[in-house]
Amino acid sequence: MSELLELSAARAAERIRTGELEAEALWSAYRGRAAADELNAFTWVAGPEPPPVTEGPLGGVPVAIKDLFATEGIPSQAGSRILEDYRPPYTATAVERLAAAGAPLLGKTNQDEFAMGSSTEHSAYGPTLNPWDRSRVPGGSSGGSAAAVAAGIAPWAIGTDTGGSIRQPAALCGIVGMKPTYGAVSRYGMIAFASSLDQAGPLARDVTDAALLLGAMVGRDPRDSTSLGLLEPIAPPGATDLRGVRIGVPEELSGEGIEPGVQERFEETIELARELGATIETMRLPHAPHALAAYYLLAPAEASSNLARYDGVRYGLRAGGDGDLLHMYTATREAGFGTEVKRRIMLGTYALSSGYYDAYYGRAQKVRTRISEDFRRAWESFDFVATPTSPSVAFELGAKLEDPLAMYLQDVCAVPMSLAGIPAISIPNGLADGLPTGFQLAGPAFSENRILDAAHALEDAIGFDGSKARE
Amino acid sequence: MSLSRDQVLHVARLARLELTEGEVERFGTELSKVLDHIETIGQLGAMDDVAPTSHVIELENALRADEPAPSLPRDVALASAPDAAMGGFRVPSPGAGSSE
Repeated sequence: MSELLELSAARAAERIRTGELEAEALWSAYRGRAAADELNAFTWVAGPEPPPVTEGPLGGVPVAIKDLFATEGIPSQAGSRILEDYRPPYTATAVERLAAAGAPLLGKTNQDEFAMGSSTEHSAYGPTLNPWDRSRVPGGSSGGSAAAVAAGIAPWAIGTDTGGSIRQPAALCGIVGMKPTYGAVSRYGMIAFASSLDQAGPLARDVTDAALLLGAMVGRDPRDSTSLGLLEPIAPPGATDLRGVRIGVPEELSGEGIEPGVQERFEETIELARELGATIETMRLPHAPHALAAYYLLAPAEASSNLARYDGVRYGLRAGGDGDLLHMYTATREAGFGTEVKRRIMLGTYALSSGYYDAYYGRAQKVRTRISEDFRRAWESFDFVATPTSPSVAFELGAKLEDPLAMYLQDVCAVPMSLAGIPAISIPNGLADGLPTGFQLAGPAFSENRILDAAHALEDAIGFDGSKARE
Repeated sequence: MSLSRDQVLHVARLARLELTEGEVERFGTELSKVLDHIETIGQLGAMDDVAPTSHVIELENALRADEPAPSLPRDVALASAPDAAMGGFRVPSPGAGSSE
């Protein structure tokens, strides 16, 4: 049993393929753990009967899916009371592709409501706990997926990243998380937060698993006109050194504002990268210090528009049905949305309101252009940019709930890449005060394979041991 | 930048949110603090020559063939409705009850 759970997903898939392992045995082991989950990582768990075996590259290894992916007939609540027990009439493309590639649905994972948050405390279904220390948050918004993978109650999982929501929880839980190029994975069936930023991606125990899972999700989808075909398929990463690789370390995203323990681990890994043959230089992303401000205009503005659909008419909660139509709308939204969602709807509505649009939303879109230009300039001299993923280790439950700005600062190193639409990975980067830290590597659009290769070489050299969280 | 009570109520009306008295006060304070941070983008000067981002990845038009295909059957589309009636979504009358 415990040996089974120590297998990476890729190795488990390989053993199923060679007949050394029964897919049913793997299913039962993980299904049992998911059903007994004490971290509140799941909001729905599949029944005990093993699913029909589907041949495919994912080998029958079950996958946990963030709750905001629509799954036909299965609760898809996006962490919100307004969608309590909502069972969609269709399934998200990413989930369909994983199933077709041989990864059956193990369960739906907890998240911040509509993916708005960095701690999974903004879930209407209670917070998820960090398996490294249950008094701490797992990060967010894909905190349920991250905690489930770290704790060995799911072999792998998928999440979504709008401004760090895959990478930051991966860092805080000591696993790998990747946000691919904007458009790499179809958004069809993803309950929307901020459509110009939302991207699905894998959360996995190691880089090889992340690549395998990502490879099965990507591709153009006629049902999402912003989806793209990648230039080449995702390949299994194999690099063991970084010879000839040029890495830039942006001054703006390390040092100041980063916890000393996180910064020390980061510098050690930069040194490891140098030993592996990489050229390291500090460089500038001059507009990165303005990324968070631009993000907190653009994402709430898009959210305020996207969340207008929750009006008590077609699905979800309805309240105040005994009054007039306007009262029904406002009472439904008051009863159904949590505090953080209301806060962001207010912020976004304000940013888009008459008289403020140019100063806020219009200006933020210009900052976004500047940030993309900063990265384009960086790629003239560098293959990758490296930063700490999150400025801190996992914090105590409740520590940032009363201070939204402090919570938002969790994403200070993740947001610039989201605004530029470029791929970025977070890999486990050793412990500080006994808690995981993350190392982020970002590259130009469509550089997923090169990022995964470099991350693979670094992962080997770092030699992170995540088994403590699976005990 | 500090948001007045009237501004908070105005934005809540635009957003179709019916805030409690406590929320009005809380959001006024919290959003003012967040706006203070956001307004640091004012330091970047006029940026008159910068084009706003409309899409992060350069894309040609994404067109598809205009071919009829089945959509969700009506009963499936109505299955999750809080109040379905006569093959549609039933809502309260805009003029019913209150005077707002």
